[in-house]
Amino acid sequence: MKIVTVRRISQIFFFTLFVWFCIVTTYGGKFWQLRSWPVNLFLSLDPLVALGTILTTHSLYWPLLWALLTVILTIIFGRFFCSWLCPFGSIHHFFGYLGSRRKTAAQKIKLNRYRKAQSIKYFILVALLIMAVFPSLAATLQTGLLDPIPLVTRSFNLILLPLADASANLLSVTQRFYETTFVIFAIFLAAVLLNFVIPRFYCRFICPLGALFAVLSRFSIWRIGKNTKTCSNCKFCEQHCEGACEPSANIKISECVLCFNCRQDCKTKDNVIRYQTKPSLAGEVTNPDISRRGFVLSLASGLLAVPAVRLAGKIKANWPHKLIRPPGSLAEPEFLKRCIKCGQCMRICPTNVLQPAGLDKGLEALWTPVLNNRIGTSGCQLNCTACSQICPTAAIRPITLDEKLGTGSFADKGPLKLGTAFVDKNRCLPWAFDKPCIVCEENCPLSPKAIFTREYFSTVRDGLLTIKKVVGNTIETVENNLTLDKFATGDYYCSLDGSQKGKIVANTNNTVTISKEVKFAKIPAEGSKIHIQVRLQRPYVDIERCIGCGVCEHECPVSGKKAIRVSAEGESRSADRKLLL
Amino acid sequence: MNEQNEQQLNRRKFLARAAKAGLSVAAAGFIAKTLYDKQGPSAQPPSQLVTIPDFSIPAVQGQTISIVKGPDRVKTIDKAIDLLGGIERFVKPDETVVIKPNVAFTSVPALGATTNPDLIAEVVRLCFSRAQAKRVYVTDNPINNPASCFTISQIGKAAAEAGAEVILPKTNLFRPTTLQKSKYIKNWPVLYGPLAKADKLIGIAPVKSHSRAAASMSMKNFYGLLGGRRNIFHQDINTIIAELVMLIKPTLVILDGTETMVTNGPTGGSFSDLKRTDTIIASCDPVAADSFGCSLLGFKPADLPYLAKAQSAGAGTADYQSLKPIIANVT
Repeated sequence: MKIVTVRRISQIFFFTLFVWFCIVTTYGGKFWQLRSWPVNLFLSLDPLVALGTILTTHSLYWPLLWALLTVILTIIFGRFFCSWLCPFGSIHHFFGYLGSRRKTAAQKIKLNRYRKAQSIKYFILVALLIMAVFPSLAATLQTGLLDPIPLVTRSFNLILLPLADASANLLSVTQRFYETTFVIFAIFLAAVLLNFVIPRFYCRFICPLGALFAVLSRFSIWRIGKNTKTCSNCKFCEQHCEGACEPSANIKISECVLCFNCRQDCKTKDNVIRYQTKPSLAGEVTNPDISRRGFVLSLASGLLAVPAVRLAGKIKANWPHKLIRPPGSLAEPEFLKRCIKCGQCMRICPTNVLQPAGLDKGLEALWTPVLNNRIGTSGCQLNCTACSQICPTAAIRPITLDEKLGTGSFADKGPLKLGTAFVDKNRCLPWAFDKPCIVCEENCPLSPKAIFTREYFSTVRDGLLTIKKVVGNTIETVENNLTLDKFATGDYYCSLDGSQKGKIVANTNNTVTISKEVKFAKIPAEGSKIHIQVRLQRPYVDIERCIGCGVCEHECPVSGKKAIRVSAEGESRSADRKLLL
Repeated sequence: MNEQNEQQLNRRKFLARAAKAGLSVAAAGFIAKTLYDKQGPSAQPPSQLVTIPDFSIPAVQGQTISIVKGPDRVKTIDKAIDLLGGIERFVKPDETVVIKPNVAFTSVPALGATTNPDLIAEVVRLCFSRAQAKRVYVTDNPINNPASCFTISQIGKAAAEAGAEVILPKTNLFRPTTLQKSKYIKNWPVLYGPLAKADKLIGIAPVKSHSRAAASMSMKNFYGLLGGRRNIFHQDINTIIAELVMLIKPTLVILDGTETMVTNGPTGGSFSDLKRTDTIIASCDPVAADSFGCSLLGFKPADLPYLAKAQSAGAGTADYQSLKPIIANVT
């Protein structure tokens, strides 16, 4: 079998595997649901994830040890990952093929020539890594913005799958929604469409993971090169060159993605181009083309970027109060050292309440997970720790149900709080409008509930009436403009001078009938006053019990700006956002 | 280019171009005429309303409601149904049955916030083995995440193992309906998909306390067939619950008071919220079932205004004693 055929099979296999893992990242027990599929495999194999978190946390979180395998293979064989395994690379490979398929050989050779701008990716890598290095300058992990594996993972999980499943609803009972996805989509789409301008545009110019592989492949034992001097310099080997690495001349080893198209396309009888241990006879360049000026510039911008962004104070006093992190999340500075914005937590979240953060949560927090209780089927489910179990970097560290709920061996610590619910008395139906409701109290999942009510009887508008006559339990009033049975819902009471109350069971335009169970001590006198009152149960939040799960906010019938809203004050993960003594 | 074309214009080309232009004008005119809308949009877009079938069966004097005391749910429900004439009275061979449990919350069975899975399994078994039902569906539109609710409540597993099919509340299963003489159920989405396929409807609900409605029982259970922003109805909870039993006319309701959630309802969450009351009610009349059921929580029927409202709307009997309930004990 030809080696390019093997490569294609590998690409199709790993791309299919990637899509399959995206599909099975669904909460449930069927074979196509999560169970124990290794859905983080690609993220674990990604050395940029491992390296980034090593730089920020000085430790290698155990699932990321897989990256060592990729690193070793790359050191020995070169950038195999890009052309054999990377799902994003396979997409670019395919669209690059589509874009140049009608072109002449000369045009293709021109498209695939080496360009100076290919060194931009190294500068991106340097800038991203330097942001992660210096703790004194507020280390932050931003590799996930451009790292192809997190990028393609979130693009598939947060956009392509929900779009594909929008009408069929095979993966979720109701449609999934994700905030800010238009930006994620735009970047994904731009990266894909740029293949029509230059094949593998993203891989050649932007990909920081490719840049890392380029550095690693410097000492690779086997490499592409010319084997004999019989080359006619036809340049056909560059016709389909994926890496734009110039195999016909001075091959740039750091750009070569091991697609083997050059070897395939070589028209000579004795296979001038080979994958071999000796250097190319036409000469080779092993070092990435990084100019000193560019290096210093990217170093400086990386060094300055984080402190400059942090001038906004978004992780200090000016922290965004709607930045409600999922249970198990580390304190914000530590969280930002680990989160790679892959979106796996948002994908697995059974309720869809976990959302990619927008720019309003701070530039650094872009696309990190945050709860939006207005989206999804419910708030954070009490008995669920899915996001903490799936997180590939332990930005949301794995927690047990006992730890989340503060039971068992965690009884002395109490439950994990995501924030605190606040009643907005200006919007709440019983507080602001004299309407009964308490849906929030009903749905509070704790026992005892963190939301409790206090009974309050409020005289309705124009509810002070004058008695004309009393017959049995029916009071006739002087006023005759009441709406028929408006007060007969079971929530309205008739109060006689504030002392005696009776539930109203019926009313006409000028009579009010109260429950038979009420016996008047003495028949009320003609001309005395009655109050029509509505019995309200007004909700209060027990701040000591509330865990900020957001179920109340989700269910609140004031659906625009909710009348009970969770904000992150009181969250367990950070001492500086503590609210209670 | 244009200039060149002008120069080359001859009669043939001109006629061809004129014909194409004419056709284009005609097509534009035709589209405009076909789509012409003189009125403009109305305030409410028209919708295809559905009617919920009436699943009730003819009454048999003295066999409307049974109240059976016993600690074992399965034995107790068997007895309660037998006292009303057996499952064969309610489900005929080859019929399709929809069971509507309360699966509102992601709560484990032992906490009693959802219908007990053993009850579901037993009723499904009765439908298949004794009544020879063709199909049994189990469906609900939970408050918490639907898939999680069916999993954690173990109702999904119990139903599937007994041979029933669980229907999750997918968006395309909801259809709007309007209930005549109602205040609130107007052009409102209901979980119509499974109901449309059914011959019979059995509601199975636990007895739970409820701050707003005093108690959540077999009538309130049908809230779970509503879609849309049903929470706004809590402003007038008594009227909407009464309207629910005007809208949904079940074949049979089973009210499980084996363990009653006496505090912190309807979510519960702690064993201390439950109290053993060892009672199961089977009834053709949900209003009667709830009128008795509320006594397990220490209420009188008058404490639950929706009972009287449902009765005056003709949807049932709040004075369950008048129906001569069959009372029994199973040990």
